[in-house]
Amino acid sequence: MVQETVPVVVHPFSKYLRADMMPHIWCQGCGNGILLNCFVHALDELQTDLNKLVVVSGIGCIGRTAGYMNADSFHTTHGRALAFSTGVKLANPELEVVVISGDGDLFAIGGNHFIHAARRNIGIKVLCANNLNYGMTGGQQGPTTPLESVTTTSPYGNIEHPFNLVHLAAASGATYVARWTSLHVRQLTQSIKKMLQKEGFCFVEMLSPCPEIYGRYNKMRSGLEMMSWFKRASVVENFSDPSKAEITQEKIAVGEFVDIEKLSYEKMVHEKISKINEKAIEGVS
Amino acid sequence: MPKVKSGLTGVHFMNGDVACAEGAIAAGCRFFAGYPITPATEIAEHLSQRMPEFGGIYVQMEDEIASLAAVIGASYSGLKAMTATSGPGFSLMQENIGLAVMTEAPCVIVDVMRGGPSTGQPTLPGQQDVMQAKWGSHGDYGIIALTPSSVQEMFDLTVEAFNLSEAYRVPTLLMGDEIVGHMWEKVVIPSADKIKTVNRKKPNVPPEKYMPFKPDDDLVPPMACFGEGYHFHATGLTHNEHGYPRTSSSEVQSKLVNRLCDKIQKNADKIVRVEEVMLEDADVVVVAYGIVARAALSAIKKAREKGIKAGLLRLITLWPFPEERVAKVAKSAKTIVVAEMNCGQMVREVERAAKETPVVFLSKLGEEPHTPLEILEAIRRKR
Amino acid sequence: MPERIRHAPLDLEKVKPAKAEIHLIKDECKGCGYCIEFCPKKVLEESDEINARGVHPPRIVDESKCIICSFCSAVCPDFAIFVVDKENKEGK
Repeated sequence: MVQETVPVVVHPFSKYLRADMMPHIWCQGCGNGILLNCFVHALDELQTDLNKLVVVSGIGCIGRTAGYMNADSFHTTHGRALAFSTGVKLANPELEVVVISGDGDLFAIGGNHFIHAARRNIGIKVLCANNLNYGMTGGQQGPTTPLESVTTTSPYGNIEHPFNLVHLAAASGATYVARWTSLHVRQLTQSIKKMLQKEGFCFVEMLSPCPEIYGRYNKMRSGLEMMSWFKRASVVENFSDPSKAEITQEKIAVGEFVDIEKLSYEKMVHEKISKINEKAIEGVS
Repeated sequence: MPKVKSGLTGVHFMNGDVACAEGAIAAGCRFFAGYPITPATEIAEHLSQRMPEFGGIYVQMEDEIASLAAVIGASYSGLKAMTATSGPGFSLMQENIGLAVMTEAPCVIVDVMRGGPSTGQPTLPGQQDVMQAKWGSHGDYGIIALTPSSVQEMFDLTVEAFNLSEAYRVPTLLMGDEIVGHMWEKVVIPSADKIKTVNRKKPNVPPEKYMPFKPDDDLVPPMACFGEGYHFHATGLTHNEHGYPRTSSSEVQSKLVNRLCDKIQKNADKIVRVEEVMLEDADVVVVAYGIVARAALSAIKKAREKGIKAGLLRLITLWPFPEERVAKVAKSAKTIVVAEMNCGQMVREVERAAKETPVVFLSKLGEEPHTPLEILEAIRRKR
Repeated sequence: MPERIRHAPLDLEKVKPAKAEIHLIKDECKGCGYCIEFCPKKVLEESDEINARGVHPPRIVDESKCIICSFCSAVCPDFAIFVVDKENKEGK
C-alpha cells in the first residue's frame, strides 16, 4: 500500500492570493477579508486574465489588499489611488484597473480625485470598504462617520454630517453605482462581476464591520453584532433615488443605484489620438 | 504605435518651454499629465497639441498632486512620462516625489522656477527651489536635478533627464527658471536617429523568479511593467526585495534607504555634468547655474580683459552636487564667487566642498538676474 | 400539513444528489463566528479546541445536513472554510 502523506488543505482561491503574504493582518470579523473574498470570487467566476489585472490601493487597512492579490499591484500614497490609476489606464487601456480602497482614502484626502475620475468617466473600477472610521490609525472620525458616533477624535459624538457615497458617485458621473453590506456577499459578488464587465467609471460600496474599533466605541462590540445591525436595518431599494439612500441605525439602503451607458474617457482619448496620429503621419509622408 | 517623423528636425527659433516639450517628445516621452501654472503653462499647451501627433497621451489633471500620481502610474504601465510645474505646484508634488523615489519610478518633473515663497512673483524668475529639489520630500533619498542655461539646453537637458531617469529608475528634475523658459533663442534639433535615448532595464528572469526591487551591481533593479505577467507588488511602505512591506524591520529599512541614496551618490561620477570655462589658471572662479551663468560668462570674459584671471564653473547637474569638481577648483583658486537668484542655497554646498577657500555670495531677487557688471565688481573686490 | 409523497427522483441514474464535504482550515480561522451564525442549516458550531490563533474554530455538527449553499465560504473573511460537492466533483 502506498504511504499517503497528510494532504494539505488548500483553499480553491489560493491561486489569487500571494501565499507568502498570507495570512492577512485584518482583525477578527473585519469586513476587508469579506471584500477580498467576494472580489476573488468574482474574478474566478469571470475567469479574468490575471495578467491584465492591476490592483491599486490607497492607505488604510483595506490598502493592504493590493499586497495580498496575486496580480500586478501598487500601494500608493494616501488618497492618490485614483490619480495614479488614471495614468495606468490611459497608458494601457487594455489593463483591467481596480482600485480597492477605504472611505477616508477615497473621500477625505482623495475626494477631489474621486469626483474628477468619475467626471471623466475613466474605466476604473472602484471597490470601497466603508467602515465608518479611520481604522488603520486607531479609529478617528472620517467623512462617512454617522452623526453622534463616538470615535477617538470625536469623543463627545461626531457632529459632522457624513457623505452619502452612492449619491456622490452618482452625481459625479459614475456609470455603475451599488451599495451592499458585508452580509450581502452574493449580491456583492454579482455587482463586482457586473462592474468588471462594464464600460466607464464604476463604484461599489461595501458597508464593512470594524468591530475592534468602530464597533467597540459604538455599542457593537463584535463582528456578529455589527452584522446583525446590517441584517436588521438593510433594505434593498434597487434604482431608488441615491440622494435618499441613507445609512442609519434604523435603515441601510442597499442595492444597485445607477447602471447607465456612457462612453469611457480612455476610449475617447485613444480614438482622438488615433485620428490625430494618422493625420500627422499622412502630413509627413 | 506608428511614429511621426520629428517634423521639427532642423534649426528653429523657439521659446524655452516649447524647446523642453520638444525635447520630451524627442526623448520618447509619450505621456504628459499636468496642471497649468505660470511660467510652465506653455509646456502643457504645446504638448496637448504635439503628444497626440506622436500617438502620445496628454491629460490635464485636477491638481499637481494628481498630475505626478498619474505620471507615476503611466511610468509603471511602461511609458516615459513627464509633468511640468513651478514653485507652488512643485511643493504640492513633494509627497509623490517620495513615492516615485521609493517605488523607483522613472519620470521627469520640470520646475520652471519663479519668485517665491508662496504665490510670489509668477511671471518673474527665481532660483529659490534648488535646495527643495534635493530635500523637498520627507525622508532620505537620492535624486537627480539638472539646470539649463539656454533654450538649447532646455531641449538637450530634457532628453538627458529622461535618459538619466530611465537608467537610474529615479525621478529626474529639470530646474529651469522663468527667463530660460520664456525667452526665445535658436535651437538646433538633430534628426531622431542622432538623438541618444536610454530605456529602463527589463527583467531577464521568468516571472516566478522576478524580484522587483533586487538591484543589479549598479544598484538599479530591472523594471517589469503592469500587464507583462510578472504579478509584482510595489508600495510606498518600506519593502524588501520582493516588494512586500516590511515595516518592522530595521535591517530592511537600513538596506533600502541606504541603497536609494547610494544609487545616485555612488554613480555620481557618471551623472555629474559641469561646464568649465578658463579654469586652468583662474584665481577667481565664479560658480553659477541657470540664467545667471550667462551673465557670469560675460563677467569673466570682461574680467580677463582687465587682466584678472577669472574662470567659470557652470553647474549643469545641481544634484548630485558636483562636490569633487568644486573641491578641485577650490584648491587652485584664491576666491570663489557664487551668484544665485535666492538668499543663499547652492552656496552652502559650494562652501562645504570648498572648505578653506573663501566664498563670496551674490544674492539677487526679482525681475532681473545679476548683470555681468555686478558679477565683475564682486570678482574685482574679492580678488 | 400535507403528507409528503416520497419517491426516488426519476433521473437518479444520471444525476447524483450532492454530498457535502466541508473543509476547515482551522489555523486560519480568527473565530469571528460568521459561518456558524449564518449557516441556514446550522451545520456548524463553535468547537472547544483552541487553534494556533488562540480562538475556537468551528466544528461540523452534521455534514449530511449541509446543502452546499457555500454561504460560509463566501462570508469567511479569512479563507478558512470551503465546501465541495464530493459526489459531483470533477474527475470522479
